[in-house]
Amino acid sequence: MVKLAEWRGKELFRKYGVPLPRGAVARSPEAAEQLVRSGAVPLPCVVKAQVLAGGRGKGGAVKFAATPEEARAAAAAILGLEFKGETVKELLLEEKLPIAQEFYLSLTLDRSLRLPVVIASAQGGVEIESVDDAAILRQPVHPFPGLAAYEKRRIAAALGLSGPAATALDGLLDALWRAWIAEDAELVEINPLARVGDGLVALDAKVIIEDDAAFRHPEYAEIRDDRTPLEEIAREKEIAFVQLDGTIGVIANGAGLTMATLDVLKEFGGDPGVFLDLGGTDDPKKVTEAFLLMAQAKPKAVFLNIFGGVTRCDTVATGLVAAMQQVPAAERFPLIARIRGNNEKEGIEILRAAGITSIPSLKASAQAVVAAAGGPR
Amino acid sequence: MSVLVDAETRVVVQGITGHQGTVHTRQMKAFGTQVVAGVTPGKAGATVEGVPVFNSVQEAVDRTGANAACIFVPAPYARDALLESVDAGVRLAVIVTEHIPFHDMLTMYHYAKSKGARIIGPNCPGIAAPGRSKVGIIPNVVFAPGRVGVISRSGTLTYEIVNGIKEHGLGQSVCIGLGGDPVVGTMFVDALPLLQADPETDVIVLVGEIGGTAEEDAAEYIRHHVTKPVVAYIAGRSAPPGKRMGHAGAIISRGRGTAETKLAALQGAGAKVARFPYEIPELVAEIVRAQARR
Repeated sequence: MVKLAEWRGKELFRKYGVPLPRGAVARSPEAAEQLVRSGAVPLPCVVKAQVLAGGRGKGGAVKFAATPEEARAAAAAILGLEFKGETVKELLLEEKLPIAQEFYLSLTLDRSLRLPVVIASAQGGVEIESVDDAAILRQPVHPFPGLAAYEKRRIAAALGLSGPAATALDGLLDALWRAWIAEDAELVEINPLARVGDGLVALDAKVIIEDDAAFRHPEYAEIRDDRTPLEEIAREKEIAFVQLDGTIGVIANGAGLTMATLDVLKEFGGDPGVFLDLGGTDDPKKVTEAFLLMAQAKPKAVFLNIFGGVTRCDTVATGLVAAMQQVPAAERFPLIARIRGNNEKEGIEILRAAGITSIPSLKASAQAVVAAAGGPR
Repeated sequence: MSVLVDAETRVVVQGITGHQGTVHTRQMKAFGTQVVAGVTPGKAGATVEGVPVFNSVQEAVDRTGANAACIFVPAPYARDALLESVDAGVRLAVIVTEHIPFHDMLTMYHYAKSKGARIIGPNCPGIAAPGRSKVGIIPNVVFAPGRVGVISRSGTLTYEIVNGIKEHGLGQSVCIGLGGDPVVGTMFVDALPLLQADPETDVIVLVGEIGGTAEEDAAEYIRHHVTKPVVAYIAGRSAPPGKRMGHAGAIISRGRGTAETKLAALQGAGAKVARFPYEIPELVAEIVRAQARR
C-alpha cells in the first residue's frame, strides 16, 4: 500500500474540492520563515511534521507560531526529529483557524459487507479506536448508485449538522467519494474535520492507495514506502519478502503456507528473521534470485518449505541448486528442505544430487531448522 | 449435484492461450473436468489441448453449452473478462488471477450477484470435487474421493492440508479455495450453507488466515446454522501486527482479525481448533472414527 504524507493527501483532496486551510510545504527553517513573510501562510500558523505515524501533537511534532521568527524556530525544532522511526524532513505550515467543533470522517472498505463504508463521528480529533462504538456511524455505500443524498443526510444528522454546515458536508462527501473511487484508495480519512463558522475544513488528511491498482496510477510509483532496502529490491523482482527481527530464513510459496511455517517454527523455539513467499512461478531463475536475496539477509539457517502446485518441486530444486553454487563458501548457511506436491520425486532427486535431503514431515523439518540455527530460544 | 460442480459442469477457460491457461486446461482435463471451450479475443479457430478457442464467451457458450468459467486473464483485464462471462450466462466463475484491484472486485462481485452468478476468488486455487470436476489450479495429486469438505482462504496451505487428509486414508467431498484478497466472491459464510446442505459431506474443515473478520463471521454462522462437525485452523498466529504477509487481506489492524480473536470465536461456536496444519487430519480422523462408532 502507498501511504501518502499529509501534504500529498491534501494535494489530492484539493483536486477533488475538499476545503482545506491555506498552507504550504517547507523543507528548511528559512523556507518556513519565508512562507510566512510572503503571506503564502497567514499568521498565526501551525507547523506540522510530515511523518506517517499518528500522535504528532503529543509527540512534539506540531507547534504553533504567531510571527515569522517563531515559524522559523518551530521549523528548526521539528526538522530532523526522530519520530516513531521516521526522520522529519518536510513540514506543512498552515493558517490556524478558529475551530468551533471537530469531527471524524473516513471512507474505507468493509470486507464482510463487500461494500465501501463511510465512518463518521461527532467525536473527532482523537483516535477513532478510542471512541465508543455508539458514537460512531457506519454508513455502507453501494458502488453502483454511489453515495446517495439520503445517506449523506444521515451522516449529517449523526454529526449534528444542519443548515449551511450540512450543505457543506454534502459537497465534501461527494468529493471524498470521487477521490476514493478515482484514486483507487483503500482509505481516505479526515481527522479532525473542523467546523469553522458555517463551513467545514479538513485539518488533516490520511490517504492510502491500493498497490494492486498501481497499473492505473503511475503517479504514485516514486513515493517511498516503509520498506527496508532488501524489501525494496524484492518488490522490484516481484517477490514477497518481509524482514523481521530473527535468525531463521523461511522460503515458502503462498501466503498461508508461509504464515503456517512461521507458526510451526515459533512453536519449536525458532526465531524467523526473514520470510520470502515465492508465490506461483515456474521459472527456476526467479527461485535463484529469491534465494540469493535471502542470502543477503544473512540468516543462521534457512528453511525451504514448498508445496508444489503452479510452482513445481523440480523448478524450485533446480533454482535452489543453481543459487547455492553462487553463494561464496564463507557465506553459506545450513539449509533444511521440505518439498511436497507437483513433481515431488523429480525435485527430491535434484536436491539429493546436490547433497540436500528433503524431510517430508513439517514437524521434523521445523525442528531440524531450529537445531541448525543454534537450538531453541 | 455435489457442491457447485459436478460431471455436468462445462468449463470455458478465459485466457486459455496463455501459459497458465494452457497448463491448467491440461490438468483440469486430466482430473476429469469437461473443459469445452477457451476464449482469447483474436485467437478464434485455434485449439489448446484439444479445446476449441473462441473470440468471445458468448460464442463459446452458444457453441459448446459452457456453464462455468475459469479466468486466467491478467489483472488489468480481469474485470472485463468476468463481466463478459456473466453477461453470456455463466453462473459460476472461478477467478485465479491475482492482484486484481479490490475496487474492480467490488464492481465484479455486485454485478455478478445482481445477475445470479457466483464468483469464487479472485487470487484463489478454485474448486474441486474428486471423481467429478475441478475448476481451477489445485494439484490433482492431493485428492482422494471422500466425505470431508474443505473451505480455505489459502492456496498452497490448502494443498498441504488436503494432501494430509489423503495421507490419513480419508478423502474429500469438495475443496473450495476462496482466495485471500480483501474482497472475494465467496466467503466462509457463503460456502458453509453449501457444505451443511451437502449430503456427501460429513465433516467441514475451515482454513483461515489473520486479517479481516471472515472467520469471526463464520463462527457466528456455525453457532446458529451448522450441525456438522467443524475443524478449524488459522494461519499467522505468530505474524507481527501491521506487517503485510503477502496477501492484501492478511493485515492485522485495530485489534480485530487477529488469530486469537478468530480462534476464540470458532472454539466458542463449537469448532475443534487445530494449532498446526498437521493436527487437522488427526482431528478429522478422530471425528470420523467417532461418527463410525455411532
